[in-house]
Amino acid sequence: MPKDSGIGASIKRREDVRFLTGAGNYTDDINVAGQTYAYFLRSTVAHGKIVSVDTAAASKMPGVLRIFTGADFEAVGGLPCGWQITSRNGEVMKEPRHPILASGKVRHVGDPIAAVVAKSLAEARDAAEAIGVEIEELPAVVDMRAAISGAAPAVHDEAPDNLCYDWGFVEENREAVDAAIKSAHHVTTLELTNNRLVANPMEPRVAIGDFNRASGDSTLYTTSQNPHVIRLLMGAFVLGIPEHKLRVIAPDVGGGFGTKIFHYAEEAFCTFAAKALNKPVKWTADRSEAFITDAHGRDHVTKIELALDKDGKFLAIRTATLANMGAYLSTFAPSVPTWLHGTLMAGTYTTPLIYCNVKAVFTNTVPVDAYRGAGRPEATFQLERVIDKAAREMGIDPVEIRRRNFIPADAFPYQTPVAVAYDTGDYHATMDKLVEIADFAGFEARRAESAKRGKLRGLGLSSYIEACGIAPSNLVGQLGARAGLYESATVRVNAAGGIVVMTGSHSHGQGHETTFPQVIAEMFGCPEANVEIVHGDTGRGPMGMGTYGSRSIAVGGAAMVRAAEKIIAKAKRIASHLMEAAVEDVEFANGVFSVAGTDKKVDFGSVALAAYVPHNYPLESIEPGLEETAFYDPSNFTYPAGAYAAEVEVDPETGAVTLLAFSAADDFGNVINPMIVTGQVHGGIAQGIGQALLESAVYDANGQLLTGSYMDYAMPRADDLPMYAVDHSCQTPCTHNPLGVKGCGEAGAIGSPPALVNAVLDALNAGGIGVEHIDMPLSPSRVWAAIQSAK
Amino acid sequence: MTKISMKVNGEAVSGEVEGRTLLVQFLRDHLGLTGTHVGCDTGQCGACVVHVDGESVKACNMLAAAADGAEVMTIEGMAAPDGTLSVIQAAFQEHHGLQCGFCTPGMVMSAADLLNRNANPSEAEVRAYLEGNICRCTGYHNIVKAILAAAATLRGEAVAAE
Amino acid sequence: MYAFDYQKAGSVSDALAALKAEDAQPISGGQTLIPTLKARLAAPSALIDLSGIAEMKGIEVAGGMVKIGGAVTHQSVADHAGVKAAIPALAQLAAHIGDPAVRHKGTIGGSVANNDPSACYPSACLGLGATIHSSAGDMAADEFFQGMFATALDAGQIVTGVSFPIPEKAAYMKFVQPASRFALVGVFVSKGAGGVRVAVTGASESGVFRWTAAEDALAGNFSPDSVPPAPAADGMIGDIHGSPEYRAHLVAVMTKRAVKAC
Repeated sequence: MPKDSGIGASIKRREDVRFLTGAGNYTDDINVAGQTYAYFLRSTVAHGKIVSVDTAAASKMPGVLRIFTGADFEAVGGLPCGWQITSRNGEVMKEPRHPILASGKVRHVGDPIAAVVAKSLAEARDAAEAIGVEIEELPAVVDMRAAISGAAPAVHDEAPDNLCYDWGFVEENREAVDAAIKSAHHVTTLELTNNRLVANPMEPRVAIGDFNRASGDSTLYTTSQNPHVIRLLMGAFVLGIPEHKLRVIAPDVGGGFGTKIFHYAEEAFCTFAAKALNKPVKWTADRSEAFITDAHGRDHVTKIELALDKDGKFLAIRTATLANMGAYLSTFAPSVPTWLHGTLMAGTYTTPLIYCNVKAVFTNTVPVDAYRGAGRPEATFQLERVIDKAAREMGIDPVEIRRRNFIPADAFPYQTPVAVAYDTGDYHATMDKLVEIADFAGFEARRAESAKRGKLRGLGLSSYIEACGIAPSNLVGQLGARAGLYESATVRVNAAGGIVVMTGSHSHGQGHETTFPQVIAEMFGCPEANVEIVHGDTGRGPMGMGTYGSRSIAVGGAAMVRAAEKIIAKAKRIASHLMEAAVEDVEFANGVFSVAGTDKKVDFGSVALAAYVPHNYPLESIEPGLEETAFYDPSNFTYPAGAYAAEVEVDPETGAVTLLAFSAADDFGNVINPMIVTGQVHGGIAQGIGQALLESAVYDANGQLLTGSYMDYAMPRADDLPMYAVDHSCQTPCTHNPLGVKGCGEAGAIGSPPALVNAVLDALNAGGIGVEHIDMPLSPSRVWAAIQSAK
Repeated sequence: MTKISMKVNGEAVSGEVEGRTLLVQFLRDHLGLTGTHVGCDTGQCGACVVHVDGESVKACNMLAAAADGAEVMTIEGMAAPDGTLSVIQAAFQEHHGLQCGFCTPGMVMSAADLLNRNANPSEAEVRAYLEGNICRCTGYHNIVKAILAAAATLRGEAVAAE
Repeated sequence: MYAFDYQKAGSVSDALAALKAEDAQPISGGQTLIPTLKARLAAPSALIDLSGIAEMKGIEVAGGMVKIGGAVTHQSVADHAGVKAAIPALAQLAAHIGDPAVRHKGTIGGSVANNDPSACYPSACLGLGATIHSSAGDMAADEFFQGMFATALDAGQIVTGVSFPIPEKAAYMKFVQPASRFALVGVFVSKGAGGVRVAVTGASESGVFRWTAAEDALAGNFSPDSVPPAPAADGMIGDIHGSPEYRAHLVAVMTKRAVKAC
């Protein structure tokens, strides 16, 4: 019988009612009295020297309050980077200044040159068109190999070779890896691209700056996954506003997928301009602007070599990756191809020797940073592609080759050769489940049926591992992180028993307002309806780190549990007084405190009331009130893992790929709300399918984005996708967080792309068309071209 | 400036608009009906879908003045006056057909338009009808399920609980 | 958008009078024009709305012809029992333009007048040998379409309707561009009193065109096997969604499939 309350119940989401009735409160829905509108004049060339910006005539146009240029921001900080990587030679990465408005040069199409603030958006835009800009266009560099060739123009003078860093991991393993590859029975080599993507949350970014001259307080409303981080970065590093004078509010946010983690120039601009003009300033991106300003994702070019013995056991892996940083370092960009990527190269396997080299490259393109999965999809894609290729070369079944190399279930905790230690997992179990739910046994019959219709059917799989809830802070600090990676929660029990949880985790689709109360309900033995979640407002909760990297329940949820445990401990002491019993004899279950072996009991509500109306109360030993805060800094990542399969049909005449079925068997440890977890997997899978079959951000050689709207950037639509079979019954609970949970937000996007590509290649090869690799997205034209070249 | 009048969610409204004012701007900025969203500028995403004279229309791709005299229905008009969710809205909640909620108003309006035209759509027909509504969160699985379930409920069939 | 005046035209003559104003432009369903205006790629002084003109809103099926008014929406064509019976391929084509919300607004007159090189309707006009009715008179589709976004109309002239001869059989096959869902290649094939016609949209840098080699081959033997090898790739569109060679190849594949579906 499924539970209908507490942990493990598929409770319907309470937030749905407002979203379904048009009562959501997204940032663009907010209008501050007297607000003005910002419009950014952006570079239309990818690289150029700003010769002059003449705002004189434009400033006199109707409605214009002021036009800002780069000169206005020379005294404030640039946008900070939150992670410093150290190169193999011991030098720290190149970290060029990222000004709020371009200064001296423009470095990508979309780089803001000037910003007009006017009484209406139309007036702001009219004036922006009247600004006289003279730019001396410079040759642009777009291709990463060209960028570091020594013959390319420099994006930044500080990095004449366009190299941000050259990272080796694990450097001490390098010679052993080289030797193992040299002497191996078989080496499979694959060169591949992890295509550049645009995150495309359906809500474009918005920022509203407001300033109260009487109090000196600034408020920023913004579409952020982590308002506290924006307050810290913008306040401390850009504008110099102390945190107590700056409130950042991220209300309902229409999806993030990573791209709303980062601190963007428009946020700092609106905050700065609101103070300068003493008027609220609002900026709303349109989608075209989002394409050229939101940080993009992925964009790696990799060569991977896998050494195997004669039985198909993995001996060593060596990779060389070029990672595009774009024109500036976005907030967490340097960490993505390094610590979020190299550490995952063991995958679910026992490969003893691994070495990764990553060169991060500046180009005249939009900055690239974390996008759903961030580094982990890139790792999984290489690994699962090269394994499939090795299986084909060695004539081993793709399931079998993986099974031969899985870390066995009894080997946990398992120390990988790439720094991380997996706490729990059972990769054979998820593979077993996958083989069952994807009906591998019936596949050949289905393949034969497709063949009768002239179609090539293929089955592809992947086995992924993810590292979620990046931590602990002191370790990541040594690795270059400039932020803590804890989470906070305050649990406030009100006098009448109602509970408010203020969490640093931000919900922008994940359903925290529903799931977090399930945990409290389980702990306190109360209905979920008694619990309210407050998030997304630095003015209403303790310092938090926000939502990214599938960390909310594993880190934010754990902080809430810690705070709730403090509440229970204090409440027990109050109850012991009320029941005149020793505190060690007080038990708490189902919302009632009792004394073992007696009929004495007092309910939770009475204890809460006593805490706030402390008449019969030991004031000398216990403070009144019932409110506790906890900061939780995990001792390790969590490691969800699973196995995915895609079944496709290829039309050999057109190259069109039809996805017929997609199956996912995941291990997320304990699950709070299975309905929501399943939904998270669905969404991740769709984004992974999008990457594999449809999506790609493409620049021409001059740095113009050719896919700058939904007319050319192919978003997955309902009729591109099938129903998914999703299972998370394999559960090896996390051993180091109090809920035994692992992250589930990114898994779908990590495990799915290689399964898709493997499936298409299986279809082609089984159909007698020898194709070793096709770069994503596997669009009809690319698949057709691959078929032609194989003929 | 042109004076326009229309019925929005059954209520007579009027306002002064420029020729270039879009219907979505009129709804959001003039009437404060912010449930209708803007997710793109090329008419693809469908976050702005409303009904004009009983048919789904992209409110970001129609001039407000062109809707003069029309009957417009937005997401705010879908639930009963006492707040009870419509069958489609309730099905979206029951089947977890939304996550961030941004595309949801357009999805609900397109779903309602589909079910007005076709009381018994197949899964493929539902997917085809959502061609102009992009969701980035759900992978569509639960949206499609919700619409099929709502159709069954509206036909008076029992729907298995989730 | 730049500012403009908006005027609903009550009749064709009203519309033509209003369009005499400098830089005035007609708008029908607006599904292409409004995004263009939003991007500030056009700056009309006034938009004259044709979508409410009663005399442009009818569909007639009579005398071996289907006559559709310029202001008829794609959805109305798709749903029309007479069109479905007379030229099912045309109703099918209309039923797959854009998405439902677009079909509820977009009109045949707007689509034909705009002559987007990837639009569906121009291929039906050319593939059925339609007559385009306009304020400048009636014109054969063969004369009307003059290359990408170019037609025989001058500024201030409007498409008032299209008459399609009812063929013996016809079919339209569209291979969609994955992002926009416009035709990467669309082929409209018909066989009727005027012979075999094969019209191709989406593929050519010169806009919609007739593939005469296929017409000739199919005139002899109307069978998928008669479709000649792919036309030359010269002059085909090449972009991130497909090379000229790919488009040329798809022309042949879609033609075969259309013939098979006839």
